[in-house]
Formats: sequence, C-alpha cells, structure tokens
Amino acid sequence: MAKKMHDTPMLDQLESGPWPSFVTGLKRLAKDNDMMVDLMGQLEHSYKTKKGYWKGGTVGVFGYGGGIIPRFTELKDENEKPIFPDAAEFHTLRIQPPAGMHYNTDVMRKFCDIWEKHGSGLIAFHGQSGDIMFQGASTANVQPAFDELNELGFDLGGAGPAVRTSMSCVGAARCEQSCYDEARALRTVVNNFLDEMHRPALPYKFKFKFSGCPNDCVNSIQRADMAVIGTWRDNIQTDEVLAKQWFAKHGMDELVNNVISRCPTNAISLKETAKVSKGEGISSVALNDTHSVEITNHDCVRCMHCINVMTGALAPGNDKGATILMGGKRTLKIGDLMGTVIIPFMKLESDEDYEALIDLGGRAIDFFAENALEHERTGEMIERIGLVNFLEGMGIDVDPNMVSHPRTNPYVRMDGWDEEVAKIEQKKANAA
Amino acid sequence: MAELRQPIESGVPDHVQYLHPVMKKNYGNWKYHDRPRPGVLHHVAKSGDEVWTVKAGTARQMDVYTIRTLCDIADQFAEGHIRFTVRSNIEYMVSEASKVDPLIKALNDKGFPVGGTGNSVSMIAHTQGWLHCDIPGTDASGAVKALMDDLHEEFIKEEMPHRVKLTTSCCEINCGGQGDIAIIIQHTKPPKINHDLVANACERPTVVARCPVAAIRPALVNGKPSLEVDEKKCICCGACFPPCPPMQINDPEHSKFAIWVGGKNSNARSKPTFHKLVASGIPNNPPRWPEVSAIVKQILSAYKEDARDWERISDWIDRIGWPRFFEKTGLPFTKYLIDDWRGSRNSLNASTYIRF
Repeated sequence: MAKKMHDTPMLDQLESGPWPSFVTGLKRLAKDNDMMVDLMGQLEHSYKTKKGYWKGGTVGVFGYGGGIIPRFTELKDENEKPIFPDAAEFHTLRIQPPAGMHYNTDVMRKFCDIWEKHGSGLIAFHGQSGDIMFQGASTANVQPAFDELNELGFDLGGAGPAVRTSMSCVGAARCEQSCYDEARALRTVVNNFLDEMHRPALPYKFKFKFSGCPNDCVNSIQRADMAVIGTWRDNIQTDEVLAKQWFAKHGMDELVNNVISRCPTNAISLKETAKVSKGEGISSVALNDTHSVEITNHDCVRCMHCINVMTGALAPGNDKGATILMGGKRTLKIGDLMGTVIIPFMKLESDEDYEALIDLGGRAIDFFAENALEHERTGEMIERIGLVNFLEGMGIDVDPNMVSHPRTNPYVRMDGWDEEVAKIEQKKANAA
Repeated sequence: MAELRQPIESGVPDHVQYLHPVMKKNYGNWKYHDRPRPGVLHHVAKSGDEVWTVKAGTARQMDVYTIRTLCDIADQFAEGHIRFTVRSNIEYMVSEASKVDPLIKALNDKGFPVGGTGNSVSMIAHTQGWLHCDIPGTDASGAVKALMDDLHEEFIKEEMPHRVKLTTSCCEINCGGQGDIAIIIQHTKPPKINHDLVANACERPTVVARCPVAAIRPALVNGKPSLEVDEKKCICCGACFPPCPPMQINDPEHSKFAIWVGGKNSNARSKPTFHKLVASGIPNNPPRWPEVSAIVKQILSAYKEDARDWERISDWIDRIGWPRFFEKTGLPFTKYLIDDWRGSRNSLNASTYIRF
C-alpha cells in the first residue's frame, strides 16, 4: 500500500468515456507506488494552474552521454522543499525498439517487471521519435533500470544533439507494398552510428526514418533529416485474377472516379483490351472480357494511389529500391521543411547496397557536423547554403529529379556554365 | 564504490526474434490485403499463407497492469505476438480467421476499442505535455483522451471519405507532427522575463541566436545582465523558452490552441503537404478541452459530408477551394491566416482561379 492519494478532481474527469484512460492507469499504479501518488498530485496541480513544472538537468548512465530525459520538479514550497517529494525526480529512459515495433509477450512482461522494480510502472509505446519511454525513475534507479534493460538486449536511444532513435513501417514483415527490407536498413544504418547517438556532439539532432513505399507510413519526409522511402524503377506489376475480382466488386464508376481520374500524371487509361498498347514501359491488366487498364510507366510518379485502391491487382515493380530525401523537419526555427530528393534511386538488395546506404548516411552526418550552425537542422543548413553547395560537399551530382522546376530568376553568376556543360558531356562520354 | 558496469552498446535489437511466425516465414513476400471489417486487416502472402491483424486503441502512456492485460489477451486469444503502430495502436496477429472474433471480444471486454483501420479516424499522434515535458503549454494525454472519447465512433467505424490522421502538440515545436487535423498550442503574448534568473540560467548569445525574427538582444536590467525582447517584432513562437526558462512563454490565459488542416505525409495522388492554419484563439481548458473538440468535430463533419472517396482533407480542399472550406466548416477567415513568413507569396492566389 502506498501513501494516501491526493484529491484529483480534474484528472478524475478523464476516467469516464469509451477511450482507454491513462488516469485510471496512473491510479492503479498509485495504489502501490508513492512516486505515482505524487506524480498525480503534480499533474493535477498543472491541470489547475495550466502550467508545467518540470525542469531538465543532467542524469545519465555510465558510458553514455545521452538517452535519459531528466526531470526534476519545480513545484517547491517557501523552504525550497518539493511539494510532491516522491515525484521530485521523474526521469525517462528512452529505449530503442526493434524496427517495426514487434514484440512477444515474454519480452513485454520482462519490461513490466523491470519497470515495476526500478521505476514508476508507466511505459509509453512509443514516443514521437520511436523510443519506448520508460517514464518515471529516481536518479538513483536510472542506472540499475538501464542495466537490466540492457542485459535484456535493449539499448538507450538518442537525445539532444545526436543521432536519434529511428522508426520504420511494418514493411516487409506484413505489407505487400514494401520495396526494400526496411527493418534491415534501419538496424544496419542506426547501429553504425551508435557513437553519434550515445555521445551527443552534433550541431543538433539528426534523424533517420525508413518507409517501405511512397505512402510513407512513418512520416519520414516531414520528420527525418534523412528519409529512406521505397520505390521501384520498372513497370507496375499486375494480377488479372485480382483485377477482375476488384472490378466485379467495385464496377466502372469506382474505376473511373477513384482510380483513373485520381492519377496525378494521367498515366492510367481505360482501354478496350484489343487496343491496349504493347511494348516497354506499358503495364496492362484485363478487368473483364472487353476492357483493360493501361499504365504508361514512364509517366508514373510512383505515388501509390492506384496500387492502394486496387491492392494486389496492381503492385510495385520488381526492380525495387529507395529514394533518399534529406532535410525534413518541423517548425522551429525557420518553419517546417520537407525533405528533398538527394538520391533519386538506389538499390537496396545486396550487402554492398546497404554499405552504400551507411556510407551516404555517414557523409550526411559528417557534412552536417562540420557545416551546420549550432541548433541548426540539416534542412535549415541546406536552405542557408543552397542545395548545390550541399551536393558538392557530399560529392553528389545534380539531377533534375531534385527540383520541382528550374530556377525562375536570373540572379545567379553563371560564368562557369561552359565548364559545367563540358563536365556533364565528359561524364556522358565516360559512361557510354 | 562498486565497479561501474560498461553498457553493452547493442543498439537496435534484432526484430526477427519478435516476429509472428507467419510474418517471419513470408517476410518480403506478401501479395495483397483486404479489410474484412473495421479494425481487422487480412494479409495474404504469395505462398498462400494468411494472417489476420486486429488493431486496438491504447492510451499510449500505459501502466504495467494494462500492459500485462494486453499480454494476457495476446497469450489467450492471439498467438503471443504484438506490435505497435506509429500512432500507438496495438496490433495482434493471428493465423486463423476463427480467432478474430474471440480476440475482438476479449479486447472490447477489457475496454480496448478495436478500429483505426482504413477510412477511420485513427489514434492521435501526440506528445508528453504536463506529464513529462519541460516546456509544455498544455497536457497531451488528457487532451487526446478527451478528444478520442468524442471520436470513438469514428475510430471503430470506417465511415470517413478516407483515412484521417490527427496530431496534437503542446508547443509550437510541433512534436506531434503534420496531420489531416493538427491541434497545436499558439502563444499570443511575448515571453515574461524573470530578469533575476537570466544571467545564471541562460547562455545569452545562444538565446539571441535562437529567435527567428531577431527580436531578442542582450540588456542590463536592474544592474543585472539579462535579455530584452522587442515586443513589436516578437512572434510569440516560444523558441527562446527552451534555452532560457526564465523567458516564460506559457501563459495560462493567453496560450491558446490553434487548429491546422490538410497535412499529408503520403505521396498518394499529390505530393506531401503541410497542414495549414485555419482556427486559433481556442482556450486551453482542461480537463477535457471541449472547445477544441467542438471545432475538430465541426471540420470532420463537413469533410465527412462533402468529400469524395479517397479524398484526404487536403485533396478535398484542393477540389472545393479554401473559400468553401471556410463556408462549410463555419470557421472565420481572418487576416492572421494570410502568411507573411519567408516564401509567403507562394501561398497567394496568383491566378484568376476563383470558384463561384
């Protein structure tokens, strides 16, 4: 039995209703846990005053410089004594999950046992960067909790100016749209930069994210300094049995209004089967005895819409890989930025392909470490120095896939034009 | 003192050890999927193997008793394996269709809503708030709980035109991220500076450099080195607060909620989009934030009624135009919604495209 609960009339109002209540969970923990009794006291106080009362500090585990989020209460009485003393320290351990966030019940129960022993008993699955957040440990208990989690096969994630914990979609484990082994890519890449994760020394955070297709289920384009998004180069694959099944169920109206007219580049048309084009770059599949859809793959931008609607009937091609975008981030300081294309396509099949991905990540981190200002993200740095300077620093050739359109103003000094053309011609000649 | 234990720098654990056996066997070889009912996905592998996934909502911040209950359900009604989505939904995988209904019943009996698939409103991607953040303008778990109570029916059904992703954020850093609808704290007053503390708590050049509009400068206040803010220039973003807590930006009365719509991460149909500001001045009103819920429901109801199949909120607005968005949702279009930040002219209508 823990000490007496504080009155929490405001939090109590979050126990009703059909959605699972975290307050009910906190109360259950508080029955046996003084830290949770006082945590609820402080949270109720925040609800009353509409203010937060945590401050950071320096708490860590031996051997690492980051990965713990320290929290000390700022709610103190006139003698500087914490008003809720048992929750005066309420630190979080950020623990990296397996890619795809797969678990079995055995390991989940072990998490619970460890956290019941050393912490508050409150765990978040997962934080916005993907960490399992073990929330609520005293300073003294951080190290033993980490030691047990570490022995179980888990390691701290990133915090501060460091490579951060990463996320991938479910991908190859269960999704037919997967264009590479997302989990392998995540694990291979992140585990090569653990030093940069555990010993923060970058200008600011650096995030990798891995989505298996352009549906981008882990929101990589808007949230990652380096987004690896699956795609393919060859033709969309088709399956006549599934296409006919789809058409029989959904009919012509849905085909026209939901599939054909929603193609962003008009790459799909409805054709009489006898009139379907033949040749390289064309996919087609019969929908019934008379009609087919025809896809001009060179016009297709791999947006995924038709494949999402007619899953199985249409599918990503066989020559799969990924597009790499860099510089995505959220608001502060200069406003939200999308990642932009840096590598239009790279294969991700062989060990060498994954080595190349690690190499690219390493070059991006090195360039960022050397060139970004303090507290500047990759995207802000690219905006400040210009994409071309970034590419030159990275040793990557320009490519029209990197822009929405060429420059619309003449404000640029161009006396190097002939040399650039000569270089491009030379490269073409060398490649031929 | 005992010898300190060196960490095992193991990094990301191997996922394969935790995969459901059918997923392990068919890794990278899936053929298609369908949705037999809301909350259930049915994936078919090229080998012909099938797996059914039952998705349920959680509170994200969970106590060990709740987690053990979820594990008991996995052991009794599923096959001992679970995974989480990026929106904190839990997924159970089973290899036989006959296990789906008992699993759903077990989840519902314990109070976990089954849904979040297809054209539903899924769980809100959210942040820490007053529970654990050092700079929050509001709570996260409570606001999300209140809103998901209100949107419960839309979670367990698939009645929206397309999927709806919601996010909440407790400051303008926007940790919740882009969303079809994003609910984000918007400060409306410059920071209140405790000049007694600045010199000891803040690295002043860092704070000056953090301001997006160069409104902060070093100053001597009451004989102490401090910082001052040009309040005419200040955009109340709160960027100075994390590096300098004595520059208090959170204000119980003047920190409001703003609502943004049309964020889309997927490339489907159109390039990914940022969400756009459509409402502000909404009070920060715990414990259930009813004013926020009301506006979110207003937007969702207009979208549900008017959007066509496969239109996300951004696609819907692309078709009907912003004037009709404001008309249909009843939200006022104020001068604050016209952008004046860098690149803002790109957001102006440089055409005669006007819908009548």
